[in-house]
Amino acid sequence: MPKKLSLIAGFMAMFRRDLLQSIKSPSQLLNPLIFFIMITATFPFAVNAEKAQLVQIGPGIIWIMAILSYLLTLHHLYLDDAEDGCLDYIMLSPQPLPLLVLAKICAHWISSGLPLIIISPIIGIIYQMQVDTILVMIGTLFFGTFALSLVGSIGASLTISINNSNILVSLLVLPIMMPVLIFGARTIELYQSGATTMPGLYFLGAYCMFALSFSPFASAAALRIGTD
Amino acid sequence: MWIFLHKMASPKYFYRLASSMIPWLFISGLLLMVYGIINGLFYAPSDYQQGDAFRIIYVHVPAAYISMMAYSLMAFAAFIGLIWRIKIAHAVIVSAAPLGAWFTFLALLTGSLWGRPMWGTWWEWGDPRLTSELLMLFLYLGYMALRASIPSITKADKLSAILILIGAINIPIIHYSVEWWTSLHQGSTLLKSGGPSIAAPMLYPLLASIIGLSLFFGSLLLVRTKAEVLKREKHSRWIKDMILGDEV
Repeated sequence: MPKKLSLIAGFMAMFRRDLLQSIKSPSQLLNPLIFFIMITATFPFAVNAEKAQLVQIGPGIIWIMAILSYLLTLHHLYLDDAEDGCLDYIMLSPQPLPLLVLAKICAHWISSGLPLIIISPIIGIIYQMQVDTILVMIGTLFFGTFALSLVGSIGASLTISINNSNILVSLLVLPIMMPVLIFGARTIELYQSGATTMPGLYFLGAYCMFALSFSPFASAAALRIGTD
Repeated sequence: MWIFLHKMASPKYFYRLASSMIPWLFISGLLLMVYGIINGLFYAPSDYQQGDAFRIIYVHVPAAYISMMAYSLMAFAAFIGLIWRIKIAHAVIVSAAPLGAWFTFLALLTGSLWGRPMWGTWWEWGDPRLTSELLMLFLYLGYMALRASIPSITKADKLSAILILIGAINIPIIHYSVEWWTSLHQGSTLLKSGGPSIAAPMLYPLLASIIGLSLFFGSLLLVRTKAEVLKREKHSRWIKDMILGDEV
């Protein structure tokens, strides 16, 4: 009879395992980032790259591309574990499934969201942003990517039993993510035109808290249904 | 009440009740729609600001109303289906989704037809109702896409019900964020709702066409749900009895 782990120990074990796994496969970690940089750097070639215009469209493009490259990472969240059978063991464990799901979401955010935030200043510079605007952008991306991890987890778990579900996940997640996109991009844009940023950041934070309250439970329910 | 609900949960009883309700819903809906459309298009006075162009509300408002009602109905059914595991509820959702998506599309289409002469543009990003209706259409499409890609019916039922509920709690957030976004954007000078009050000769045809189209929607929904029940229960005894009974 193995010793029963506490909730926190269970959470940490899951969290550490997922992080280790993502560090050990660097291409999974890096490819979405390279995609993000490449695609945002391509835009100025396609549209008129005058400075004033880049400043105007920059926040929107950065946000849309952040969401798109993030969506590409979502299917690793559960699909890899489902394929090699780990997911069955995760669901058999005595720990509550929503807790383990939350640990996976947090690990996913660290391995996908944080690197994206870290390289985002480079993109900001390409789009002629000022240093303080870049700080605001980092703030919005901080909340925004966490909300994306939470909502994306629902999309990934709903499509767990489907092959080639990448596009489907995007179809499900994008309309639900629209408030985050609106507030993320608009907050940066408003800051550039001299308005205050706090309402937008408050909203993003509130959305994160709200998603945090239902996402682990919805994902856990969807995983149970999807794999039985 | 409980007995009634329990009976409704049985596909056989539901099928019979639906069959007897369809003609009534269909005929009364059709009559009300004919009354509403004829009065609205020919007898209601024309608007002092918009002239005759306002008459599209007799089609547009009912369609927009039903697009939202259909989603609320689906969310309600998803709740029932997930918690009490009532199969009929899932059949209702499956049948309601394409209808709801279609009415959402109609609302967008008639809205932009009206917007062309009134606002001078087919599409106005500044109007929150227009943009949140578009996102609603995306939610419908997402539901149908998820549904279509899961082969097992019971699995598709439960998973898509979860999606419907997630969408339902997000609808108010989506709506308000779109509204705030546009209020940050610009004051809507072009867009006023049809005025605070509406004259009685305009109002009654509008009410009639809203109720009429709802009843019509109800009858279509029941027809589709009946077909869905037949598909799902095709191996059950009562269907065999019913069909053989009809032939004798």
